[in-house]
Parts: sequence; C-alpha cells; structure tokens
Amino acid sequence: MKAIFWGTRGSLPAPLSAKAVEAKIVNALVKGAHASLDTVEKARAFCTETLSFAEGRTYGGNTACVQIEIGGPDYLLCDLGTGVREFSLSALAKHGPGKPQTYHVLVSHVHWDHIMGFPFFVPAFIPGNRIKLYSCHPHLERAIRGQNREPCFPVEFETLSASIEFVTLEPAKRYDIAGASVTCFEQLHGNDSFGYRIEAGGKSVVYSTDAEHKPENAAEMERAAAFFANADLVIFDAMYSLAESISVKEDWGHSSNVLGVELCQTACAKQLCLFHHEPVNDDARIDAILAETIRFEEITRTGTALKVCAAYDGMVIAL
Amino acid sequence: MAWSERQVGDAVLAEARGRIDLSNADAFRDDLSAAMAKAKTAVVLDLSGVDYISSAGLRSLMIVFKAAKAEGKTLALAALQPLLTEIFTISRFNLVFPVFDTVRAAFGKVAPGAAPP
Ligand SMILES: [Zn+2]
Ligand SMILES: [Zn+2]
Repeated sequence: MKAIFWGTRGSLPAPLSAKAVEAKIVNALVKGAHASLDTVEKARAFCTETLSFAEGRTYGGNTACVQIEIGGPDYLLCDLGTGVREFSLSALAKHGPGKPQTYHVLVSHVHWDHIMGFPFFVPAFIPGNRIKLYSCHPHLERAIRGQNREPCFPVEFETLSASIEFVTLEPAKRYDIAGASVTCFEQLHGNDSFGYRIEAGGKSVVYSTDAEHKPENAAEMERAAAFFANADLVIFDAMYSLAESISVKEDWGHSSNVLGVELCQTACAKQLCLFHHEPVNDDARIDAILAETIRFEEITRTGTALKVCAAYDGMVIAL
Repeated sequence: MAWSERQVGDAVLAEARGRIDLSNADAFRDDLSAAMAKAKTAVVLDLSGVDYISSAGLRSLMIVFKAAKAEGKTLALAALQPLLTEIFTISRFNLVFPVFDTVRAAFGKVAPGAAPP
C-alpha cells in the first residue's frame, strides 16, 4: 500500500511567492558557495542532504488530496482539494485519455478546500470514465453539483461526460471500495466531517482531517484512538498548536500535533503524518513544527516509537 | 498527583507533584480553582515536582487561567522541569501563561508584597 500526497494544505491554497523562491535560492547559493556543485547530481545531493527540507524544497500549497494505492486496477482518492488537478495529469499521462478508468473518491466533507479541485478533475470530462464519490456527508451531491454551475463555473455538472455517481456511506459500517475495506468515523467539525480507515493487504491508513479533539473528553479521545488503533499510518489534522486549539481557536474544528501524538500513542499507531497545514505557516515553520513533534513523541513515549512526518505535496509513503 | 497549598499574603502558593494526565486532570483543575478562589490576587503554581503534563492537564490550566483573568487575578507558573518546559514550548503554552524560573521570581512579579520566605 502507498499513500501519495497531492495536496496537503489546509483551508485554502497557499502557493510560494516569487520572493519566497528567491529567498530559498539566495540562501542555497550562499550555503553552497564553497561546495563544487558543478554537476546536477552534486547539486541535487546538496539540495536534499545538506539543506533542510524548507531550504531545499517546499511543503507545497495545494489543498487536501491523497491517493491511496492498493495495487488494484481502480484509483482510490481521499478528498478533491486543488491537489487533484496534478493527480489528474499524472493519471492521464499514465493511461492516456482513450483508456477509461474508475476513480473512487472518499470525501471527508464539503468545505471548499476539500472539493474545490473537482471542476478541474480532468477525468470527469472524458467519456467512459467512471467516478464514484463517497461520503457520510449528506450534502456531497448538492455541494459538488452547486460548484459546477453558473455563475461560479462555466461547465455545468450535467454536461460532464464521465459517469458520476454519489454514494452516501454510514459511519461504523464496513464497505468494500476499490478493493479496500473502508470504515468511516464521525468527527467534530463545523458542518460535520468524516474520517476514513482504509485497509488492504494487511496494511491500514487512517485519513482523519478537519477534526477537532477535546483532550478533556475521555470518551471521545478513546473513540478516536479506537479508530486509529494499530494503523500503519494516520494522516492527521495538525493545523494549530495545542494552545491555540483549546483557547483562541477552540471550536474552529481543527487539531494539533500534540494531540496527534497523544492519540497515536494511545492507539499504538505506527506512523503519524501531520496534515492540513495552516496556510500562514511557511516552510521553515512547518520544518520547526515537525522537529518539535518528533521531540514531543520522544519525551512522551511509553511503548514503541511512533514515526512522525509532515506531509508535503508530492510525498509518497510506502507501507 | 499530589497537591498542597498555603496562603502567602494576598496570594496562594500551590504545589503539584507527579504526573498530570487525563486520569487526574479534573481533580487538578478543581484543586487549582479552589486555590484561586482563596487567593485575592494570584496563584503561584510550583511545578518543580511535576514530571509530565498531558494535553488534558494543560487544558485544566487554561480553564483556570481564563476564569482567573476574568476576575482580574493571575495564575503564574514557576520552576518547571526542563522536560515540562519543552512540553510548554511545543504546545505553545509558553505563549499563554506567565512562566517563571523560580517561585521567588513569580512572586516578585505577580504578588510583590507577598514574597514567600
Ligand atoms: Zn479543510
Ligand atoms: Zn473543514
């Protein structure tokens, strides 16, 4: 099983500015001034090994879209944020437009950042493709249709050439989707949101974004930990700091790196992936948050080590 | 978690010891708010004996801190162990609470007339 991250930002796209790119290049040139970077290989090694992630690369700015590859013929995606545009291009490059495919998409909820890529989801324009959109959220169909409609978008939903189906799921039931076993989980979030646990080939991924967890609510914390239990990977909404999420941003519907570690430790999950990055946080900030989260896991560890990473656009985790 | 407290002038010096987590966060909150009710100006919480605090414990601190603020009182935290300082920094609680290296420094700032011996 593989998790391929096409969009990892929260709330709205956050592309790098010209100034930010310039600052990265200037910093890299200064740091590499005395290294003999006269081949592409040497320069690439310098970029990935000597520079920090934030110095040499970027976490990216596309909103939520994660592909779960389980080895079957169909595609399985979580959410339709702006990252789905690049996913579309890669899928089309792989098969060409003449070969129909089936795309299964689990949608957490219909806040704009999680569906705004759908109008640019190229497979929807191609006859013969099959697209199945699943959610526990009751308004998925209304939101997707409403987005592809004048005056917001010139291509009406009804004119899309692919066959598009909406499937309403129920929490706690088990479904067979794209060859994976999928269960859903109701999450605390404005206008509701749902997490998905995807299991296939003895591996499990939990996609849990746009979810607030209240540390004082033991029953709810246990319920979340049970949903994460022994997962190989938990993709977790770590948008805020703990202090923010229980003070000024309480009831804003998002969680923190600290609660991600606590829940994954309780759940005996194997890997925590920080996701739905706050758009205000630049690359250096996210690097720092990741380093702090790794340290927090170390100092609070009671059992086996929990691996911690921060999602970036283009990241692939093989399980 | 063990708890003790004593009145020092208009303030209360409280001391928690052990681990503060989900299992005792409510008791911790109740002890702390009771101490705050007895204080006229501030509670200085000596955390030198606390080796771990979870998110639930931090939330208890936040609740009492907010309620105290609304009444014009202060909650000052003092003498955190290095590990606790790290937890406060990572969770950004260091930006919320007044945190002091020693109990004496905390009193000097939040209840200057009531410095403990
Ligand atoms: Zn979101
Ligand atoms: Zn949302």
